[in-house]
Amino acid sequence: MASTHALASGMGGMRTAGDLVARLQITRGMRLTRAKEYVAGKLGCSLRDLADPVAMHEIRGELGLGRIPVQDLTYANEPGGLEAKFRIADVLDVPINSVQRFRRRAGIDG
Amino acid sequence: MERRITTRLGDGSFIELTRSEIEADLVAGSEMGAKRSKAPLLGDDEIGHLLDIFASEAKFSAVDIGDEVVLSFDGCGNADAGTPISDLIIYQNHHGADSVELWHHDYSYKAVKTVLSFETQAMKDAQMMVVAPLNYGAMPDLGRYSMPDGPVPNWSELLPLGRIAEARASQVEAGVHATRDMVHVAEAMVEAGADGLDFDTSGAAGDGDLLATLNAVQQIRAAWPDAGIEIGMASEYVLGMHGELEFEGRRLAGMWPEDQLAAATAAGATIFGPAVNVNTTKSVAWNVARACTIVKPCTAAATIPVHMNAGMGVGGVPMSAYPPADATARVSRALVDILKLDGL
Repeated sequence: MASTHALASGMGGMRTAGDLVARLQITRGMRLTRAKEYVAGKLGCSLRDLADPVAMHEIRGELGLGRIPVQDLTYANEPGGLEAKFRIADVLDVPINSVQRFRRRAGIDG
Repeated sequence: MERRITTRLGDGSFIELTRSEIEADLVAGSEMGAKRSKAPLLGDDEIGHLLDIFASEAKFSAVDIGDEVVLSFDGCGNADAGTPISDLIIYQNHHGADSVELWHHDYSYKAVKTVLSFETQAMKDAQMMVVAPLNYGAMPDLGRYSMPDGPVPNWSELLPLGRIAEARASQVEAGVHATRDMVHVAEAMVEAGADGLDFDTSGAAGDGDLLATLNAVQQIRAAWPDAGIEIGMASEYVLGMHGELEFEGRRLAGMWPEDQLAAATAAGATIFGPAVNVNTTKSVAWNVARACTIVKPCTAAATIPVHMNAGMGVGGVPMSAYPPADATARVSRALVDILKLDGL
């Protein structure tokens, strides 16, 4: 059922910019159109690119926003996990709770 | 003689209907939704679009390119992947989840409180690995606070005895406990790095359940302004188990999605999830038309994202452990196209 919804109507999650648009909804309560426009503006891409895995694979790689490993295509030398969320917080200019707490607990920025 | 098209009932079983019969079901479903909720009927163009979706013999159906929405999965995984974190990674990497949710098998804030230290450690560890927004979710579950499982007299036993005042008082007292537990779990989860909280199947025990949730959300919003908060409903209509409870001057009992949305927004939610339960004896087309009719005023009025519940037995998705892809895809597309949803 999860995969059916993803294929029928979903943005695509980390394969695209779905997780980024979701952050604006979750943190800022932005409705979909505004959230998509905000993310596209920050990424410098078109609205159509946001749900396109081909375009977003390149954009996520360039900006260090995290990419999903696919068989022998791994990204151990790129930001992943919490590292990628540091980049996402900067690029989208949104607070990410786990990033803020990591900074505080690791003694980054004082 | 009209060709018969393979479609499904709300329990997921196959039936064969003609195009005319599917259209009649769509109209009847919309009329049933409008009759109950007082919402306007779907327009001819909307019925026509739904008819194109449900009269198609294709195995799959999908929204147009560019019309994709955000999928915020509650209760990610089936606890069959070894660890909860593995479930989250699978949903993020393989199911296209736009946000994911950590959850406990006993999906209730009251139950989670007793294992909170383990759940918060799982949240902290998961945040190191997961990139997509990661929420924590459970049910407000007001019934857990009534005897014999909880501390207050059981209103379901008091009501049949005609002890109305006592039944109402016990629900109010249970609500105080439930709100305190929800805020307690939220505080720990925010400290562990959660992106947000999901209050799933709110109102399942009636207006007292929803009030406890709204009070918790109000406190959480005041304490953590950037926290995501999703209120997902249990059904289309708030049952008046108490009957006189109000939130910010509005009576909760009898609320339909548009008013539920207003209450959730006023409390401080960032995402609202309406729910419409499925009639298993009617066709999926009938159920979707009814659901769209009931929820349409809600999405039209929304100032926060609306993620309609579309799991097994809600929103039109068949009540089956394995919802068929042909039916689920049609429901997914139909809800997004007709309701202009922000997500599912």
